[in-house]
Amino acid sequence: MVDATLDLAVDPHARAAGLRHALGRTAIYAFLGFFAIIYLLPLFVVVANSFRDLPEITQNGLIALPRSFSLKAWDQAWSHYCVAGTCEGIQRSFYNSLIMTIPATIISTLLGAINGYVLSKWRFPGSETLFACMTLGVFMPGQIALLPWAFILGLIGLSNTIYGLIFVHVIQGLSFTTLFCRNYYVSIPDDLIKAARIDGAGFWRIFWKIVVPLSPPILIVTVIWQFTGIWNEYLFGVVFTGGRQQPITAALVALQTGQMNAHPYDIASCAVLIGAIPPLLIYFFGGKYFVRGLTQGAIK
Amino acid sequence: MTSAPSANIAHPPRARHPLAAWTPRLVIAPSAIASFVYVFLFAIWTLYLSLSNSSLLPSYQFVGLKPYFELWANQRWKIAYSNLFFFSAFYVILALAVGLALAIAIDQRVKGEAVWRTIFLYPLAISFVVTGSVWNWLYSPDAGIEFFVRSFGWSDFTFRPTTSKDLAIYTIIATGIWQSSGFAMALFLAGLRSVDPDLIKAAQIDGAGPTRIYRKVILPSIMPIFIAVAVVLLQFAIKTFDLVVALTHGGPGIATTFPANYVYDLMFQRGQIAIGAAAAIMMLVALAVVLVPYAVWTTWRSRRVADG
Repeated sequence: MVDATLDLAVDPHARAAGLRHALGRTAIYAFLGFFAIIYLLPLFVVVANSFRDLPEITQNGLIALPRSFSLKAWDQAWSHYCVAGTCEGIQRSFYNSLIMTIPATIISTLLGAINGYVLSKWRFPGSETLFACMTLGVFMPGQIALLPWAFILGLIGLSNTIYGLIFVHVIQGLSFTTLFCRNYYVSIPDDLIKAARIDGAGFWRIFWKIVVPLSPPILIVTVIWQFTGIWNEYLFGVVFTGGRQQPITAALVALQTGQMNAHPYDIASCAVLIGAIPPLLIYFFGGKYFVRGLTQGAIK
Repeated sequence: MTSAPSANIAHPPRARHPLAAWTPRLVIAPSAIASFVYVFLFAIWTLYLSLSNSSLLPSYQFVGLKPYFELWANQRWKIAYSNLFFFSAFYVILALAVGLALAIAIDQRVKGEAVWRTIFLYPLAISFVVTGSVWNWLYSPDAGIEFFVRSFGWSDFTFRPTTSKDLAIYTIIATGIWQSSGFAMALFLAGLRSVDPDLIKAAQIDGAGPTRIYRKVILPSIMPIFIAVAVVLLQFAIKTFDLVVALTHGGPGIATTFPANYVYDLMFQRGQIAIGAAAAIMMLVALAVVLVPYAVWTTWRSRRVADG
């Protein structure tokens, strides 16, 4: 921005300035290129090694162009590899994570939208205080909640189940989703709601007919935030579930630490990729809207 | 700012049904109760456990601050707490610096902006477990960066930071920066774009060069974003757990233990629930030290804006 307008201010020493400009551009691209290599290195390593065979990796190292091609590791990682005593690959934990993440994302987003709607358009005495209290949940470290959750999950019979994790993630996600939606809905003109009320529309009708159609930008942010956050979460997964109930993050750690012999980089690369693909896909399709929405409403 | 008109909405002149006025409150009640339990009851619960003689199972016999004394007498906890401060300082400052540098570079009308942005932002989508695992491989001497450099013939090149007691903490810092600086970059970039162009033009007319414009005009106006990002990163830092588990397992030895990891160990591996709860409360204290001043600052700033 600054740079472009400077071009207009042509001075007598235009040629020297031009040279300096070219040098500046090269420096900028070199800088970005340098960081891009570091940022892309892990992705390249994981993708490349998921298709190489282990002897070749051991011989040439992880950072090398593939000289072998094999899909064997994918099959192993998905359905045969032994993690924590069971030899059925990471497919079960992948499905566990899906079964956990999708409902938890949908429920917490829906509740957040309704809460945000109430807290911005149907304020009542004490609703601002309520909002402040709910926002505090954003900052609570999970460690504070571990023992109480363990107790409550035991009480309602959801210990070591995916449903227990869904429950925990919904409650814990409420603070985020409510915060995001409330901050966004504040910018919907009150007159719009008032007009609908005069026309006789009630609470739910206004929500579905006016607020929800205006919501896609913030719902995209909320869904991306919740999906990636819940999919990638490890602490609750490892504490509240074990064995066959574990989500994929816990299984990936078990797969890494269970190794006594040479590290099976080929299978581990596949496993790690399988664990990273769902949130990556979400980002590649929604990342643009995510940043836009985040700066519009969520962080102010 | 919107409270006056919406107060009218909450009490409409002609409610069609007596229940209608209560709908909003009834609708939000379950979430409100859940949040109250989650935020306050859980904190008080854990606080009480931290003052009890719980060991393998929770017990509610009050013993005062004894668990805290035992916690602070422990060498591993002291290392964990000092690691937290060391890590947080470097991680937050460097992630902000890298994020800002990348944002400024991208802001120079570079070609393929969307591609650069995606490259720097994608690590944010990936879990700390995956990030930690992959960087652990890259730092390991048997196949990673050391192996790579040696394959060019520099046979005594050594780079095995995760095996060194002094260097391992830097791998956590570097990996954390790799994961989060894109987040800082994206928000800074949005901030740079939202600076009032007239302000920049005015500075140019006054003869200010690009460096000066950035320092005196642009950076001050994105200060609120800067602080918001810093706070978000700081609370990531305090909650750091999975990254350490996947990257160094807290080692070598206990060199890279973090409070979150120690809490987990105490509660679920060693059956010292009271001390674990005390450690969790200390984490909450660390968070409060960061967040209370921030909350005060934002309130003060919004008042000032409201007052004109």
